[in-house]
Parts: sequence; C-alpha cells; structure tokens
Amino acid sequence: MPALSPTMEKGNLAKWLKKEGDSVKSGDIIAEIETDKATMEVEAVDEGTLGKILVPEGTNDVAVNTPIAMILAEGEDAASLKGNGGVATKPKAEQPARQEKAAASAPPAEREEPAKKAETPAPAKTGTAKPPLAEIMPEPEVPEGTELITMTMREALRDAMAEEMRRDSDVFVMGEEVAEYQGAYKVTQGLLEEFGAQRVIDTPITEHGFAGVGIGAALAGLKPIVEFMTFNFAMQAMDQLINSAAKTQYMSGGQVKLSVVFRGPNGAASRVAAQHSQDYSSWYSHIPGLKVIAPSNAADAKGLLKAAIRDPNPVMFLENEILYGHSSPVPKLDDYVLPIGRARIARPGNDVTIVAWSMGMTYALKAAEELAHDNIEAEVIDLRTLKPMDNETIVESVKKTGRLVTVEEGWKQSGVGAEIAARMMEEAFDYLDAPVARVAGKDVPMPYAANLEKLALPSVAEVVEAARAVCYR
Amino acid sequence: MAVAQTKQTAQDTQGLLPAADLAATDASIPEFSKEQELAALRQMLLIRRFEEKAGQMYGMGLIGGFCHLYIGQEAVVVGMKLAMRDGDQMITGYRDHGHMLACGMDPKGVMAELTGRRGGYSKGKGGSMHMFSLEKKFYGGHGIVGAQVPLGTGLAFANKYRGSDDVCLTYFGDGAANQGQVYESFNMAELWKLPVVYVIENNRYAMGTSVTRSSAQTDFSKRGVSFNIPGSQVDGMDVRAVNAAAREAIAWCRAGKGPIILEMLTYRYRGHSMSDPAKYRTKEEVDKVRTEHDPIEQVRKRLLDRKWASEDELKKIDASVRAVVNEAAEFATHDPEPDPSELYTDVYR
Ligand SMILES: Cc1ncc(C[n+]2csc(CCOP(=O)(O)OP(=O)(O)O)c2C)c(N)n1
Ligand SMILES: [Mg+2]
Repeated sequence: MPALSPTMEKGNLAKWLKKEGDSVKSGDIIAEIETDKATMEVEAVDEGTLGKILVPEGTNDVAVNTPIAMILAEGEDAASLKGNGGVATKPKAEQPARQEKAAASAPPAEREEPAKKAETPAPAKTGTAKPPLAEIMPEPEVPEGTELITMTMREALRDAMAEEMRRDSDVFVMGEEVAEYQGAYKVTQGLLEEFGAQRVIDTPITEHGFAGVGIGAALAGLKPIVEFMTFNFAMQAMDQLINSAAKTQYMSGGQVKLSVVFRGPNGAASRVAAQHSQDYSSWYSHIPGLKVIAPSNAADAKGLLKAAIRDPNPVMFLENEILYGHSSPVPKLDDYVLPIGRARIARPGNDVTIVAWSMGMTYALKAAEELAHDNIEAEVIDLRTLKPMDNETIVESVKKTGRLVTVEEGWKQSGVGAEIAARMMEEAFDYLDAPVARVAGKDVPMPYAANLEKLALPSVAEVVEAARAVCYR
Repeated sequence: MAVAQTKQTAQDTQGLLPAADLAATDASIPEFSKEQELAALRQMLLIRRFEEKAGQMYGMGLIGGFCHLYIGQEAVVVGMKLAMRDGDQMITGYRDHGHMLACGMDPKGVMAELTGRRGGYSKGKGGSMHMFSLEKKFYGGHGIVGAQVPLGTGLAFANKYRGSDDVCLTYFGDGAANQGQVYESFNMAELWKLPVVYVIENNRYAMGTSVTRSSAQTDFSKRGVSFNIPGSQVDGMDVRAVNAAAREAIAWCRAGKGPIILEMLTYRYRGHSMSDPAKYRTKEEVDKVRTEHDPIEQVRKRLLDRKWASEDELKKIDASVRAVVNEAAEFATHDPEPDPSELYTDVYR
C-alpha cells in the first residue's frame, strides 16, 4: 500500500485493474485505492507478470507499506514463492507497485516496522543533538593611544559600508532612495559618488521584489546590503526574509552561502503612528538562520556592520532613526570589526543588571545614573547582538547582582525580554534574588497623539522603578 | 470599451504634463456648468487652504511625524468626487487630507487628527496618515505604500458580494504602482469583475525618484493590459477632464464590466512630506506647472472669462473657505489631547 500523502496511514483497495497472470509494464495502472481524501491509481514500477494479489479488492484500512501484490520477473513463478515464508526476501516482490505521483517507490515489505526506520542507520549517539556553541571572535584589541573620532551613528554606518565596499567588489547597496537622494535618512550619503550607480542602486518601491533580488544575488555569491527605508516596510518582504534568506543554507545542506545584510531603521521614530513605529527585534530573533544585530552607539554600529557584511549568513541589522544623529567616539583603526554575538558591559555595577540594546540603552544608561544617586549600582549590559544571544555575559552579571531588568521598545508578549527572563530561569535560577522585571512597549499599536505616544513607550522612570522593585528598595 | 479607447493626452516637451495650450483648446473636454465650476472651485480651494494651513501648523510644531500635502493635485480628487454618488467608497494612501475633505469630512476633525487631539477622526490615535469615516465611506488613510490597493479591491468585492452597484475608488501613487500587491489585485479584480476604479495619481515622483527612474513602463494606464483591464491617461490638472473620465469609468464599473484604470497626470508642488527639501527637481519645473497648469487657476480663469463670477465674488469665496480652515485650525489647536486612559482603548472591540 503506497503512501499517497505525507499523512496517509492506511487506504482501501478499491479495485484491481489487472488480474493474476496478467503481464504488466512499468507505468501500467494496476489498481485503484481510496484514501480519506481521494481515489488514486496505483502504477506498477516493475515489468513482469502479476504473480499474486496479496490484498483482495474491497479490503479496507490496509496499512501503508503492506505489500498488495507480487510482480514476477521473467523465469519466476508464483508457485515457487509460496513456501517462501516472507516476500521481503525477494527484491522484485518488495516493490509491488508505485502510485503515480508518489516520490519514491513503495517501501520494502516489512510488516511491522515502517520502512523509514528500518532503513535509517542508527544515529551515532543516542539522545537529541545539541546546537553547536557559536564560536565568537574576541573583542578586537584597541591599542592604547588609538585616536577616538567622535561621529554620529549615521556616519559610522556609512563608513562601515564604504570601507567594506572598497575592500570587496562583491559588496553593493540597494534600496529605496539610497543613491541619488543619498538615503531617506542620509545613511548612504556619498556612496553613489564614490562607488557609482552599478554598486549603489535605487530600487522602485517593491520591497518583496528587491529583497528577493538581493537574496538571489547572494545565491550567486554577491554580498548585497539591502536597505529598507524602515523595517516597517520590510514586512512587505517578510516571506523572502524568512522563507528564502533564513532557510536556504539549511535546506541546501550547507551548499548555499547567503551573505546578505538587511539593514535600516527599526523601532519607533517620533509621532509617525502605528504603521511606522514598530520594534522587530523579537520577530527576527525568533528565526533560526538569521543573525540579528541592534547597536546603540557609533563604534558598535561601525564594527558590527563591518562584521555583518563579512559574515557568510543573512544578517538583520536593526538601526534606529532617533539614534542616527547621536554622536559617540569610534576608534580610528584601519579595520575595526567587532564580534557578532558578544554583549558589552556598558557600565559595571553590583546591585542590579539591566539588559538593553539599541534605543533601550538610552533609557538604561540614564536610569543607571539616577539609580546611582540612591546608591544602587546598576550593571548595564548592551546586548548588541540579539541572535545569537550572549547568555554568558548576562548569567555572569546576574550571578553577581542577583537581579535583572530588561528594557525594550517592543511588546512584552513573546518579546526579547521574555526570552532573556526564560534563559535566566534556566541558567541562573539559583542566583536570582528577585523575579526578573521587564520594561517594554505597552501592549497597543503606537498612538499618534504626543501624550499617548509617550505613555506607550518605555521611559527612564519605568526602568528606575523596575530596578528599585527588583532590589526591594 | 469606450473608456479604454480614450485617446492619450498629448504631453508637453518635458513629458511632465499635458500641454497647457492643448488642454485649453481641446474641444473634447466637456465644459462644466457655472454651478459645477463654482462647486469645483470651492472644493479645491478648501483643500489648498487647508493644506497650506497644515504646513504652517507643522512648522509651528503643532503637527508631528509625517505630513504629506496634496497641494497641486486638488483637481484629481475633486473631479472624481463630483462623479461619485452616495454609497460609492474611497480609499487612499497617506497623502489623504484632500480625499477626506472631498468626501465631506469635517475639516475640524481632520485638522484635530493632524494635531493629535481627542476631537480628531481617530481620537488622535491615527494622525495624518490614518483616518477613516465610515459615515462618509472613506476607508483610510494607509501608511504602507500600496497596501490600500488590495483593500480597495476588497471593498469592491463586498459591493459585488452584496449585489450592490456601488463602486470603490482606489487611489495610489506612481511609486505605489510598482508594488507587487497591486498586480495581484488587478488580476483578482478583473477575474471577478469587481467594481473598482484604480486611480493612479501620477505626480511624477515617489519621494525623490522620478517615474522614469523607477518604472519600466511609465504609461501607467497600460499597467492593466496583461489583465485585460482598460485604462486611460487623463489631464489630472483639469478638473473637467478628470470628471469626464470619472463619469465614464464609474459607469463602466457600475455596469458590472469590472475594474478600470485612470492614470491622472498631476503634480505635487511641495516636497514629498514636510521634511523633504525636494532637491531632485528644479524650481523651474515646479514653477512651470504652477503657472501653466494650476488646477484652481484654470477654474478661476474660466469663471472670470465667462463672466460667471467677478474678482470680488471669487475673493468672497476664498474668504469663506479661509474662515472654515481657520476655524478648523483654531479647534485643532485648542482641543485637548486624548485622555491618557485612551491608550488602551480600541485595541479590541
Ligand atoms: C511599503 C512602503 N515602502 C516605503 C514607504 C515609504 N514611502 C512613503 S511614501 C513613498 C513614496 C510613494 O510615492 P507615490 O506612490 O508616487 O505617492 P506620492 O507620495 O507621490 O503621492 C515612500 C517610498 C512606505 N510608506 N511603505
Ligand atoms: Mg508620486
């Protein structure tokens, strides 16, 4: 009984179209079977004579893989098989029939064991496989005396792209308004001038299409940087991002390499309301096959974008419109590349750990300052990479402080904070002196009105309050 | 297929807009009656003054976020609206203030939404890009480029489903016309003969990208060809031409013949949004359109030429429109912000 669908477990033998003794060619329709979904035709896969019908017409609920007939090769005869005890020993008979479109020929005639199990070699080790621990590069040495240049995050991102484009001609930028307009938020300023229209490409407003084109170019070995004007519009491209970008390396058994960066502003800007203010941190970090980065300052932005462009995987690089204009020092080095997957302790402290990233860091750092006035020393961790997540740094900090607050603009349910809390439950439960507190965006679409928008977003006050609460102070 | 054969409007040398002289002398454009001219003038002026006011208020910090003005394109929505009847629906993108005013929505409620106040159409929660009035059959107000096209197609689907002969006017831009979901919609609309007029407001730019830099086929009236959807190009600066095309198109849909495309050749005078300096085009280009094609000036001129109105009477109309707009601005400035308890309302019903 061939399996006609992945869920089929048994079928009814509705009708035999050939009788014993008939000669059959491969492709001949020999029987009809019924499933709960349809009536299907069964094709012979072998040539010979229909030696014996094992399942008579009208039999219901025949289990998948049960032999239904034997086809005899030339020189064989049904009688010689009779005393044989089991049909399974006869290679020809093992393959009685095949249904028209079934991918594989009918499985061997083992009565009890499903064919797949019988054929699959036992795994080398028992138990479930463990995901490999990502190998994380060390933080680069910044030699003493290295000059620090203060620049905006916008400039740092631009420099990162320009340096990588100089280094590797396979790197190019595409997106809406990235070239002639110099970027809707001016992040690609000057790139057209330096690299020309072949490598800095204005696209039509067709996110689903150009995300796919970028992935296709990456399939061919190029290293596209695809800018979304904002990540709100990347939702148009979601299918390509998840089904094509994230999964293709795995689906190809590792043959395909997809080195592609999707970048642009993420999260709330200011007063642009529900459809233009959303944090996708947790969305992308849910997806195996994607790396997700969300820097909070210029140096991290530069070092991590360079790393993302070089990374042989699809990387979602979440920037923030409000942070674009913030200035901070960046080491002046020829090649400042930061490790993906490593958090950074932005402010050391012993009393409470605050984990944040991107815009959340501005709340976290200000809150830490306020808390210090009341002698609460917060350790602020900038996650920087959301996937793969640097558990170790958080666990080490929690071991020291015993208390944890997470800060994000996104919604609480299924958020990154929820993930961190769960991880600490799993990995640092004995060290926690208070339940983990989450500061997050309120569970509403972003309102436009100024007062409501403020209420919807996390605030410094909420972080302070949460930190006090977990410190019981 | 009368509409399908509507001839192409000749365009001026820059390929920007229909040639001014040609439009003025083109006998095939049906004349408006005095009443129609006056109605069109009043409506277009209301939109223009409202938008000018909104621009000012944005500059004063009373309006935040994105604010996309419709100045220059008034003839499109007004000409279309004058051909609609009660029950017909309208849906558009984020450049939506003109559409709402044309639908008869209260300027006070629209302006108060722009300032994010409780008296706004969305109680201050939606802002400039997201407003609705089910009463006036205005279905938004959508911030994601192209998303309104399947939605408008769905409104038309509902009309057909219910056996009504109402028509849905679905507006989108030249830039939006490149989104994939537009073509998915086209296919379904023709397949199911849905009563939807696709009004492509081709104002020549999508943000900083001109149509020639974004589009392989810049004649948007032809974008339905492979779906057998007829289309025509219309001088979108001449409210009479818009209205004539609208009548034909709406009749086509009402008769159950399926969707139709009207490409409106128009122009926006201001930047894409308040924060766009619009350096991608020359001042001359803008000036040329303003002086040669302005939709309001065209009507004023005809009214004066035909002695259907005096300068004085036209001034009075302008003054009364300004009064309405000022009242709206006043309301929108002093109306309180939404109550904080509104944060959690309306997420679910
Ligand atoms: C899916 C999506 N991509 C990008 C944007 C950003 N954006 C807003 S308006 C616009 C230009 C649209 O131009 P067009 O369709 O010609 O309409 P116009 O602004 O000229 O009225 C862009 C790119 C968006 N809102 N949604
Ligand atoms: Mg446009």
